[in-house]
Amino acid sequence: MTTIELEQSVVADTPQTGKQYDVIGTRPIRHDGYDKVTGRALYGADIRLNDMLYGKVLRSPHAHARILSIDTSRALALPGVKAIVTTTDLPSLESVVSRVGEGAVNWRYLSNNILANDKVLYHGHAVAAVAATSMSIAEEAISLIQVEYELLPVVTTVQQAVQPDAPILLEELRTSELGAKGEAMTNIASHDQFLRGDLERGFAEATAIVEREFITSTVHQGYIEPHSATAIWGTDGLITIWTSTQGAHDARRQAAEVLQLPVSRIKVVPMEIGGGFGGKTVIYLEPVAALLSQKSGNRPVQLTMTRWDVLAGTGPTSGSVIKVKMGADKKGRITAAQASLTYAAGAYPGSPVGAAMAVIFNPYNLENVQVDGYDVVTNTPRAAAYRAPGGTNAAFASESVIDELASRLGIDPLQIRHINGAKEGDRRVDGPLVRRIGYLETVEKAQASAHYQSPLPAPSSPGRKVGRGVASGWWGNWPGGTSSVSVVVNNDGAVTLIEGSTDIGGSRVAMAMQLAETLGLQASDIKPLVVDTDSVGYNDVTAGSRTTYATGIAVYKAGLRIIDLMRERAAEFWDVDISTVQFDNGVISARDRRLSFKELARSLGDGNGNIVASVSISPNGDGVALATHIVDVEVDTGTGKVQILRYTAIQDVGTAIHPAYVEGQMQGGAAQGIGWALNEEYVYDQQGHLLNGSMLDYRIPTALDLPMIDAIMVETPNPTHPFGVRGVGEVPIVPPAGAIANAIHNAIGVRMEVLPMSPRRVLEAMWAQK
Amino acid sequence: MASVWIPSLLRDLTGGISELDVPGQTIREVIDSLDERFPGMRDRLCDQERIRPNIAVVVDGLRSQHGMRERVNADSEVHFVPAISGG
Amino acid sequence: MSQKQIVQATINGEPVEFLCESRQSLLEVLRDVLRLTGTKEGCNNGNCGACNVILDGVLVNSCLVLAVEVQGHTVTTIEGIAPPKGLHPLQQKFLEHAALQCGICTPGFIVSAKALLDQNPHPSEHEVRHWLAGNLCRCTGYDKIVRAVLDAADVMSVEAR
Repeated sequence: MTTIELEQSVVADTPQTGKQYDVIGTRPIRHDGYDKVTGRALYGADIRLNDMLYGKVLRSPHAHARILSIDTSRALALPGVKAIVTTTDLPSLESVVSRVGEGAVNWRYLSNNILANDKVLYHGHAVAAVAATSMSIAEEAISLIQVEYELLPVVTTVQQAVQPDAPILLEELRTSELGAKGEAMTNIASHDQFLRGDLERGFAEATAIVEREFITSTVHQGYIEPHSATAIWGTDGLITIWTSTQGAHDARRQAAEVLQLPVSRIKVVPMEIGGGFGGKTVIYLEPVAALLSQKSGNRPVQLTMTRWDVLAGTGPTSGSVIKVKMGADKKGRITAAQASLTYAAGAYPGSPVGAAMAVIFNPYNLENVQVDGYDVVTNTPRAAAYRAPGGTNAAFASESVIDELASRLGIDPLQIRHINGAKEGDRRVDGPLVRRIGYLETVEKAQASAHYQSPLPAPSSPGRKVGRGVASGWWGNWPGGTSSVSVVVNNDGAVTLIEGSTDIGGSRVAMAMQLAETLGLQASDIKPLVVDTDSVGYNDVTAGSRTTYATGIAVYKAGLRIIDLMRERAAEFWDVDISTVQFDNGVISARDRRLSFKELARSLGDGNGNIVASVSISPNGDGVALATHIVDVEVDTGTGKVQILRYTAIQDVGTAIHPAYVEGQMQGGAAQGIGWALNEEYVYDQQGHLLNGSMLDYRIPTALDLPMIDAIMVETPNPTHPFGVRGVGEVPIVPPAGAIANAIHNAIGVRMEVLPMSPRRVLEAMWAQK
Repeated sequence: MASVWIPSLLRDLTGGISELDVPGQTIREVIDSLDERFPGMRDRLCDQERIRPNIAVVVDGLRSQHGMRERVNADSEVHFVPAISGG
Repeated sequence: MSQKQIVQATINGEPVEFLCESRQSLLEVLRDVLRLTGTKEGCNNGNCGACNVILDGVLVNSCLVLAVEVQGHTVTTIEGIAPPKGLHPLQQKFLEHAALQCGICTPGFIVSAKALLDQNPHPSEHEVRHWLAGNLCRCTGYDKIVRAVLDAADVMSVEAR
């Protein structure tokens, strides 16, 4: 970076277009990488404490049942068993909804999800937990806990749950419509709506109208590290919890609410996290481990989930039913768009349908539009956030319909997106005006890409057909929340950066690079540390694509303070007026005197007080993200199997701080979207038993299922961040399912209306067409 | 006066009005003004003294971090949209 | 509690003696008895590859091997991949290519890739993908992992010349 204007406000008013950076845009090795490639990094389940007990959670074998009694006496009598907890050990909580992070949490429901209260609401719902001297004893002990259940009728899909005579999950639930409550018992937790313009007129103006209904399955985030929490309830009443979480402070808050303790009684120590994708913004084990510790005489207790526990008891994201109707005139302009989205929240209200309502049409500038969203409870695990929550299924529906409109009107599928694409000053479907975005640029880059310009390859054998599809995606990143950092200048000139944002995929290096750019140093001069909740100010979760943006602003602002302090010290050191001291690109100077940042730090030594800056901010910038993807597929018409031949992801990334990790987000998001599109789903039997609770049966993509994924970055700097950062993590999961569905249609002429588009589904769709 | 967009599900209170100019320098004052003209509006948007946790206030395209205390300019545009949580 | 067995094996080049129960997996013993927590547990049923180690030159899921089975055998874990100083080329290339995001699957990938390059020093992209299909990664989409392995193979073949 050439100059830093000292008076520049935190949130820059002007875009950083064309700025040349020294550190930003390079690809340094991440600081935490060495420990991760050598096996030294400690993840949630890697901590070993003296005298530690092993815990195990008993989970419901039924999808919907009333708990009549729990008898723990035989389990407690087993030698080696030190403690057992059930719902009666948790404080009884009011049904109060609070804002946590970006979303809202009903504390009673969160508590009841952690340990079932009067009812179990899904197969795998936690019922009790044991701490014992070994895992094998803990496992034996939970088999000795006797639970008497009264079985209740089960609803695992939204189609069943919205029926007027459907079994009711939560007797107190009434449909909420923006503050107004319905009268009757229901499984429909809420209805929301966007409505603008005149739909009737819009459809009357249309040359082509397409209307379809789409059904998508429940899917899981699929992080490789199972949830784990280790806790000590100290004899002083202070609790320490080691866990892998997307937000240590948020985990602390949730644990404190569930245990009804002040937050300062709890310290959360974040371990390295083995993936989260939204699924580790919610707590499951932490209060249980703490209570087991308290009941076992203050011994540390470790609870780690099995893979079945993870699939059956955590996540997932919503299965859905989505109806879309769109009309366009002969020039391809969309004249009206209507959608109804019904999302499964799982056991307790809170599906991502609100986000999905925005995602479904927001890449486009529409005048006449109606979107209705319904949040519906079902006998499946309580939904948790999953990368651009709700977006993939919504875009699958809308992008399929736009594709069909394009083909009916004889317009190129990228061209129809360009004709209707949203730009600055247009109005979003959810109301607000569009701020600066690079959507049209992603479409133009897609049109010009080597991929789109190249012909499709020939099929590899006679029974196979190839096709190409495109789709776009929108996501409303969370550029808000709170981020706090502290920066310490060491007497050798190296700089310690103390932060609290969980590093899931390279955020330490992205923070270090932003600080290095600000201070005129190299990334390797910065030592970024993610510390516990007692050692840094509050930080919101690493989620909503917020961290590189929001924590980055905090880092930048702390850097500016460090510069001011360095100038002050230089003025004292040289005995000159501070106004004469300049800071430019890591060099401090006053008239003929010059010292580099490191030289000045060394000269100051430790004797004169350290140079330290702490910053806590809550920005509310803009962070909308847009992407356009292109995919070539080969469909085996004999088996229905779809192979991805070539994939290109184009995305407006703002400014790429560390381009390799931005590409990594685009590739990883695309890969998850491909899994969602082709393989992944929860399979339940009639009684609501999860039938595929293993990695092999759930079937996330392997290296053999995917080609290289080309990532094309469009850099439209975000005017609300000093370096132009825009959140990049979530939007790449939005377009894949739609793009693949369109490619399948291009290959075999069949419109897929169901996810996943597994071999069976593809064959069924082909047969239905015949 | 700020331009306030009324969510369609609240237009039962406004007799179908979808957009109107409302006096107020903060979201609290805007909601008070709305409630004065359309009684019941505050209860629909607020849970006691706070914006309902599942509603996000968007002022000039930016999601508010300050809830009822958010400043509103004379030419501001105010929306109430579902709170979105990301992964 | 069942009686414990004494097992002698060579682990990461060192003679090691440990006590374990007959039912304990090699994974459990590596992590809980020997405290080698670089070997990760993702599924405990051979699906994910996070716990992969090399047993007498053969790549295995340590969750599917009983600890007593390694009596008299040689085991290499992620902690034994790097030379005494510095990093193995695979580790270096994983860093350079940003072939890890969360990093939980990384030890398993590096161990698996080492086993591949030990027997096939010049794999094609398809051979790399086929070999690594038993290692699940949820973050990267595999692109940068495959590139890192191919690049490491190139570097190693130059070094070997």
